[in-house]
Amino acid sequence: MNRYRMHLMVCGGTGCRSSQSVQIVENLNQELKKAGMDQEVQVVTTGCFGFCEKGPIVKIYPDNIFYVEVKPTDAAEIVAEHVVKGRTVQRLVYKDPAGGKQIPASTDMPFYGQQIRIALRNCGLIDPENIDEYISVDGYQALGKALSTMTQQQVVDTLKKSGLRGRGGAGFPTGLKWQAALKQKSDKKYIVCNADEGDPGAFMDRSVLEGDPHSVIEAMAIAGYATGADEGIVYVRAEYPLAVKRLKIAIAQAEEYGLLGKEILGSKFSFRIRLSLGAGAFVCGEETALLNSVEGSRGEPRMKPPFPAEKGLFGKPTIINNVETFANVCPILLNGPEWFASIGTEKSKGTKVFALSGKINNVGLAEVPMGITLREIVENIGGGVRDGRTFKAVQIGGPSGGCLPKSLLDIPIDYESLSAAGAMMGSGGMIVMDDTDCMVNIAKYYLDFTVDESCGKCTPCRVGNKRLFEILERITDGKGTMKDLDDLEVLGGTIRDASLCQLGQTAPNPVLSTLKHFRDEYIAHIVDKRCPSGVCQNLIHYVVVADKCIGCTVCARNCPVSCISGERKTAHVIDQERCTKCGVCFSKCPVDAIVKE
Amino acid sequence: MASTTMTDEARYEELDRYIADLPDHKGSLIQVLHVAQDLFGYLPQDVQMHVARKLALPAAKVYGVVTFYSFFNTEPRGTYTVSVCLGTACFVRGSEEILKEFEKQLKVKSDQTTPDNLFTLTTIRCVGACGLAPVVMVNDRVYGRVTAKDVASIIDDCMAKGGSENG
Repeated sequence: MNRYRMHLMVCGGTGCRSSQSVQIVENLNQELKKAGMDQEVQVVTTGCFGFCEKGPIVKIYPDNIFYVEVKPTDAAEIVAEHVVKGRTVQRLVYKDPAGGKQIPASTDMPFYGQQIRIALRNCGLIDPENIDEYISVDGYQALGKALSTMTQQQVVDTLKKSGLRGRGGAGFPTGLKWQAALKQKSDKKYIVCNADEGDPGAFMDRSVLEGDPHSVIEAMAIAGYATGADEGIVYVRAEYPLAVKRLKIAIAQAEEYGLLGKEILGSKFSFRIRLSLGAGAFVCGEETALLNSVEGSRGEPRMKPPFPAEKGLFGKPTIINNVETFANVCPILLNGPEWFASIGTEKSKGTKVFALSGKINNVGLAEVPMGITLREIVENIGGGVRDGRTFKAVQIGGPSGGCLPKSLLDIPIDYESLSAAGAMMGSGGMIVMDDTDCMVNIAKYYLDFTVDESCGKCTPCRVGNKRLFEILERITDGKGTMKDLDDLEVLGGTIRDASLCQLGQTAPNPVLSTLKHFRDEYIAHIVDKRCPSGVCQNLIHYVVVADKCIGCTVCARNCPVSCISGERKTAHVIDQERCTKCGVCFSKCPVDAIVKE
Repeated sequence: MASTTMTDEARYEELDRYIADLPDHKGSLIQVLHVAQDLFGYLPQDVQMHVARKLALPAAKVYGVVTFYSFFNTEPRGTYTVSVCLGTACFVRGSEEILKEFEKQLKVKSDQTTPDNLFTLTTIRCVGACGLAPVVMVNDRVYGRVTAKDVASIIDDCMAKGGSENG
């Protein structure tokens, strides 16, 4: 094996790849060859570093220099300056937006400062397509330890003691789930990995699969050993082609090394893993719907009980865990449950990966200890609201979650406190909204999503959510009444109580949470016929401010329905009756004399 | 994408080979439909019937699955499928405007195909590239931080490649 004096790690996650990181790798390799250094410096394509806002990212080891927003054309300078002369390329170093100070090491950046990376430990550190690199960072040691030194019950006990809870949303204790499956007597058991990450705004599972697929495969094998299963299935979204590709490579490599297959590591334990591709149905993230989909049927949920640990895939005991849950398993086995339980809060142990997006400065993935406050995530890690706007809400937990206002920013993040506040941990998507986002419209957006994705099996979800959506539509159209607000609450409560699965039960959350925390916005739409954020088309009016108008006629000439009148050099007037609210005048006015009301 | 050089006969042969190689038909319907759609580009009635016969399933079951999942299409698609992401992160960063702009410039509504069969316009729910929001996908290529002004150049990009598949 070749020994390299320096490694150039280039992010190969979906985000950075679409910003040409593949070309960066190619150019770096070419430049190294030209400089005659391709034998001493290696370019490695890694998984996601998490700091997607500043991608593509190139990190240089052992110098620990973190280059941001790298372009393919920067390759020559990186090689000529950094690799050959040992001088940092200053213009590519991250600058602290607060003071403008350059921060060359990622650990010193506010974005990484408060993070503890367990599930994401190898993302950005190893080449996910090379099993040797995974093994070099303690990969497959946990499996070896379990197989050679632990009984099935000991593995389950370790998980129980660690306090690890499901990272897919509901937060069920993983150890209890495994215990339930271990107890079952059956000729066949299954381990299923739920990689059907459908929550809009959540991309942590994709990053783990793309950046560290072996950590999931190894954990599934451990789950197989602990519960007596011999077959694992990864149910992964077809929308994630890169994750699928890397999983396939990883499974093939693990088989080749005898880490999957018959009698693993000389033990009596045999385990194989196959992929099952989803086909674009959000409800398949619900575990029983997922099982139906793996069986080749429509992804409609089943009644519970019986729980999958008793009667799951093809009627056999089945463990279903989320990607991030599995990614936590190996470190727990290697470092001990006490170590894991020392991180986090009393009831929520360990870390959680959050996907920060929306109107925030630092979009990306952040893995933080449980118990950290929302404010720390939004303001410190996320760098606050972008474009100098003001914070309005943070949406947590996708279509099942809720919107939390500024007054709740100081709650500690764990499963219980988020639920109490009307949101939920969900998969960990966190979307920040500013004063230009209308909360009624956001609630409507989520209902539109759930109506679209409802499988149609049970009436409360199929019909109820449609009615909720219609009421919201009425309100944003300016035709709502105050009674609509009561109806939203009553109907929302019914859907929550009466739906068959989690999708339906949590679908009213975006409505109920915005009603609770942003009721004044609903009232403004209904009583004042006004959208305070200027979003809802039917409630906005474009008006010319006479004092500011210079009479240049640009608006009148660009209006598609010719509803603006006025002489040259005199103030113009918009005919509200005929105005279609297209907003062309608003964007064309050179002196900002047209305002939305 | 469907291979343009294959005859239908060859496609059926390939599909049959895949089905024959399956260790077990149990639960394989969705995976078979993925392969069929890869080969044919979409899943017309004939292909659905064929799959039903080969897997010994009722045609209604196959149709039920095909129509349940948004990934499966029963209508042919254009050479370029333009998918505008309407996930929340993209939504709050203005992806609806971008969708409108595509509708205006391509003169089709969402889920329609242009008469020259070059473009199908559609929407998707989050591709997980929220750092680049708003995002537009054209076949497998991801365009990030798209503005309404970029729409024309994205369309031109495809036109420049003409009808040739995947550029």
